[in-house]
Amino acid sequence: MQGMMIARAKELLQNGTVNRVLGWQTGEFVYDITPAVFETAEELDEKFVYNAFCGNNLSKYLVKETKKDGKILVFLKPCDTYSFNQLLTEHRFDREKVYAIGIPCDGKTSGEMVKSKGLSGITGIDEDGDNITVHTIYEDKTFNRDEILEERCRTCKSKKHVAYDELIGEDGEVLDSHRFDMVAKLEAMTPDERFAFWRSQLSKCIRCNACRNVCPACTCEKCVFDNPASGIAQKAAADSFEENMFHIIRAFHVAGRCTDCGECSRVCPQNIPLHLLNRKFIKDIDELYGDYQAGAEVGSRAPLVNYTAEDVEPSIVYHREGK
Amino acid sequence: MQKIGVFVCWCGSNIAATVDVQAVSDTLAKEPGVVYATNYQYMCSESGQNLIKDAIKQYGLTGVVICSCSPRMHEATFRKAVASVGLNPYMLEVANIREQCSWIHKDKALATEKAITLGRAAIAKVQLNAPLQAGESPVVKRALVIGGGIAGIQTALDIAEAGFEVDIVEKQPTIGGKMAQIDKTFPTLDCAACILTPKMVECSQNDKVHIYSYSEVTSVKGFVGNFTVSIKKKARYVAENKCTGCGECTTKCPMKNVPNEFNLGLDNRRAIYIPFAQAVPKVATIDPNYCNMLKNGKCGLCAKVCTAGAIDYKQQDQVIEERYGAIVVATGYNPIKLDKFEEFDYSLSKDVVTSLELERLMNAAGPTGGTLLRPSDGTHPHTIVFVQCVGSRDTSGCGKPYCSKICCMYTAKHAMLIREKYPDTEVYVFYIDVRTPGKNFDEFYRRAVEQYGVHYIKGMVGKVAPRADGKIMVQASDLLANEQLHIEADMVVLAAAIEPDKSARPLATMLTASMDTNDFFTEAHPKLRPVESPTAGIFLSGVCQGPKDIPETVSQASAAAAKVIGLLVTAKLTTNPCVAHCNELMCNGCSSCERVCPYGAITYVEKEFRMPDRTTQLRRVASVNPAVCQGCGACTVACPSGAMDLNGFSNSQIMAEVDAICQK
Amino acid sequence: MPEVNAYKPKIVAFCCNWCSYAGADLAGTNRLNYPADVKIIRVPCSCRVNPMFILRAFQRGADGVILCGCHPGDCHYTTGNYYARRRMTLLFSMLDYLGIEKERTRVEWVSAAEGAKFAATMNDFVSTVAALGENKRLEDLRCKE
Repeated sequence: MQGMMIARAKELLQNGTVNRVLGWQTGEFVYDITPAVFETAEELDEKFVYNAFCGNNLSKYLVKETKKDGKILVFLKPCDTYSFNQLLTEHRFDREKVYAIGIPCDGKTSGEMVKSKGLSGITGIDEDGDNITVHTIYEDKTFNRDEILEERCRTCKSKKHVAYDELIGEDGEVLDSHRFDMVAKLEAMTPDERFAFWRSQLSKCIRCNACRNVCPACTCEKCVFDNPASGIAQKAAADSFEENMFHIIRAFHVAGRCTDCGECSRVCPQNIPLHLLNRKFIKDIDELYGDYQAGAEVGSRAPLVNYTAEDVEPSIVYHREGK
Repeated sequence: MQKIGVFVCWCGSNIAATVDVQAVSDTLAKEPGVVYATNYQYMCSESGQNLIKDAIKQYGLTGVVICSCSPRMHEATFRKAVASVGLNPYMLEVANIREQCSWIHKDKALATEKAITLGRAAIAKVQLNAPLQAGESPVVKRALVIGGGIAGIQTALDIAEAGFEVDIVEKQPTIGGKMAQIDKTFPTLDCAACILTPKMVECSQNDKVHIYSYSEVTSVKGFVGNFTVSIKKKARYVAENKCTGCGECTTKCPMKNVPNEFNLGLDNRRAIYIPFAQAVPKVATIDPNYCNMLKNGKCGLCAKVCTAGAIDYKQQDQVIEERYGAIVVATGYNPIKLDKFEEFDYSLSKDVVTSLELERLMNAAGPTGGTLLRPSDGTHPHTIVFVQCVGSRDTSGCGKPYCSKICCMYTAKHAMLIREKYPDTEVYVFYIDVRTPGKNFDEFYRRAVEQYGVHYIKGMVGKVAPRADGKIMVQASDLLANEQLHIEADMVVLAAAIEPDKSARPLATMLTASMDTNDFFTEAHPKLRPVESPTAGIFLSGVCQGPKDIPETVSQASAAAAKVIGLLVTAKLTTNPCVAHCNELMCNGCSSCERVCPYGAITYVEKEFRMPDRTTQLRRVASVNPAVCQGCGACTVACPSGAMDLNGFSNSQIMAEVDAICQK
Repeated sequence: MPEVNAYKPKIVAFCCNWCSYAGADLAGTNRLNYPADVKIIRVPCSCRVNPMFILRAFQRGADGVILCGCHPGDCHYTTGNYYARRRMTLLFSMLDYLGIEKERTRVEWVSAAEGAKFAATMNDFVSTVAALGENKRLEDLRCKE
């Protein structure tokens, strides 16, 4: 796959369709993947990678990249295409300045996931059908895909690309994932248990802002948390309330716009399951206002800037199932 | 730092009996920023107001807090007072310590404590108040009426009568609308043409009224007082200023088989036509879909017979741009299509007609010259069945959920007219309910039943089936007698539901006027502002707002005209300064605000920004039109970055109030 | 009832200017009592209330926050309360999901004619919140004395 992608990228660079290529390259370690922009065939040969570590959603970077001259090629995994559409809906970049290639994805793993299986000295990764082989300086170890996929990929919502100019490989289908199971489990707890659960999670937050910075829905020119006039600006949480508040407000700000790409949880250095906050909003929206998938189509009206006269009353919160 | 004065009102004993006003002013005097605090018996009295004015002058106050009755009562009074001594009126806040404190609490200590808290919140807010200037915008002294039916005609005439220029845009070649097609009107049974056509003529003769017939609105820009509208005058291939309306061409044109839409396709017209004898403007129009000359350049007969030389086959559509201060929507209605109602066999049998078609069949200027004859064979019908509520009050999805309102009355009218003219004809009316509220309406309906012997049967018609011998079998249930009926009818008349004209939806988008799910225009307030759209400067006239009969339409038309005149006589519009504004540096251009704005006050502009690295960047940012914004604040919450804020109720002001209230 | 040391909840009520604030005024005009713990903040429309304001109130030590607006369909700005309704439904659901007592938040539609409803709503809300006791789960410790 990587080879095909590089070859096609070179072709498009050469025939002038695009001026730059947005893809992935390895950082200090092979599992340490970072988004990168390539301008020449040589750079592509040398640095471009695409493997089971390339979880990064590249859509967000288009906001900045399309402000530059020329056209950019971007590779999009199925879930990235939802973010891509959502950003288009919000007029965050110029579609004309992007050439999008959809690429298949069978789920991604992470350095952390691999290390949790007792491996160290990781030097590479290969995929072959349902198997993922991790190379280390000591051994080659093969896993069944399901064993080492990230949580978000095990509950993947769609293998279908909702936006692209061309596809490499086959397109997939929208999946019937069980992504709301954990939310439902939390909902079934007592408020005290839920409070304890979230305190134990959110108290780990070190306010590194990684979740915000990586989030494709968080593309504000100026974030409210950085704006002293917003009344909620903060650099670090001073107490448990501020820890909570940051995450509630962040989740609320992306409610109805979050495509559930799962980047927030992926990058959290403290492993807080942040996606469970976003998924709660998605689940509520689906249940109360009808199924809505942000980014499924360009121009759709997000649930929070929409209404019907027959919407449920907020008091439904008191009467719903659970405690 | 603000220099704030606090004025605590006793309101006689209304406040002072339960609130220790001295304690309130003493405590609030110690709040940061407060340089003067006092209390007085009646702040709203002349001497109370003078007290405030003197203090502003003496202490150089920059902000004023009045602890008194509800701001809904005297905020305006106090604003005027402070403005009279040069303080910006928006530098004043009122703490409601009467309705929301002294009147509801009995414990003086508690009430005093609460009054102090409310005063603190007002002080905290005033600290962040900014002087606001009410904007002014000029008003273009010209109105546009979209739709030339009776609603549009009445509105236009009333506006013209007040001395303002008014333009009517009508998409048909003539004004008159549905009323021109109607035979008689209920409950007086006077002929529609006799009362409508003089008004049409008045429109053409009043030099303040300008008619753009055969024209459509294609774009609307601007806002209340200052709309710019593009009107497309469709080519009619006849010079309006030359055509005398003699009608010679319409008798010579060889294309004889063009369905006549004025008679709902019940007869034919030529390719060049004048819709009806009293058309205004009385100018011929060539139908380009049928004219041989336009289609393949062969014929030209009309040009030959036209002594005025008015025929112009080369005429093009023309776009006119005009500015208006107010726009009235009067787009009217149409009966719904009945193809979906298979049980009534409307599309299969010529003798199953809609009520509007029946109007033409009974009209002296109609296809039968006013003699009621079956469309299929031209014979006199002896049994006629009327079916009410065809597609009205229909929640099955096939029709419309609402009551079309006019059908009960016009059906009674039809039944009565038929029985009057043809006493040998039996008339059956199947109804779900008969609804006749209105002046002399129920009396009218009772006459149909009691005096004219119309058979009213409560029940539904299940099946209408034409028989080979030309009879129509009507199968129905009589709910009161609880029996099935089989009637051999000669004609069946369907009271089809009415729906807003199809042009209304795209027009609403152009006007950013809101509509309900049935495509009726929404009024600014269902009870108190029924002839205005929530979008300032847009007014509603007639059925475009909801089903109504002619007298109601005319009342609303005149009401809309009164509103328009009220707007047009204003020299300048003072705008509410408590409107939203966008901090462009923070705006993402994401359109969230635009989507929740009920007034269409938000538009987007591409703007260049200097970046910190000295480059420039083109960004899409929101821009609020202060003349249109009403200050609800929906956008401020929809905005993810907080770029939108509301004057007078800013984020920081409200949060300061929250803090002051929650403070220990 | 002995009022000494009785727990007094802090209640912030956001009221839209056109319906609920007028309803509150009417409650006053009719001398309908409700506890002095309720402090009203006037906003143009229920849709002006940002979820951040509600969190801010809790942060500063409010024990309950209630939002009152025109009845759905009667909004002065035609659609404001529809948006407020969705926002608040989702916010309250999220607070509940985080284990914060959902009874501390409420939305109530009160028209300008419903002074009695306003007073009854406030009485009920205050007693509900008072029964829960102090808001400990969403309070900024720095704001405590």
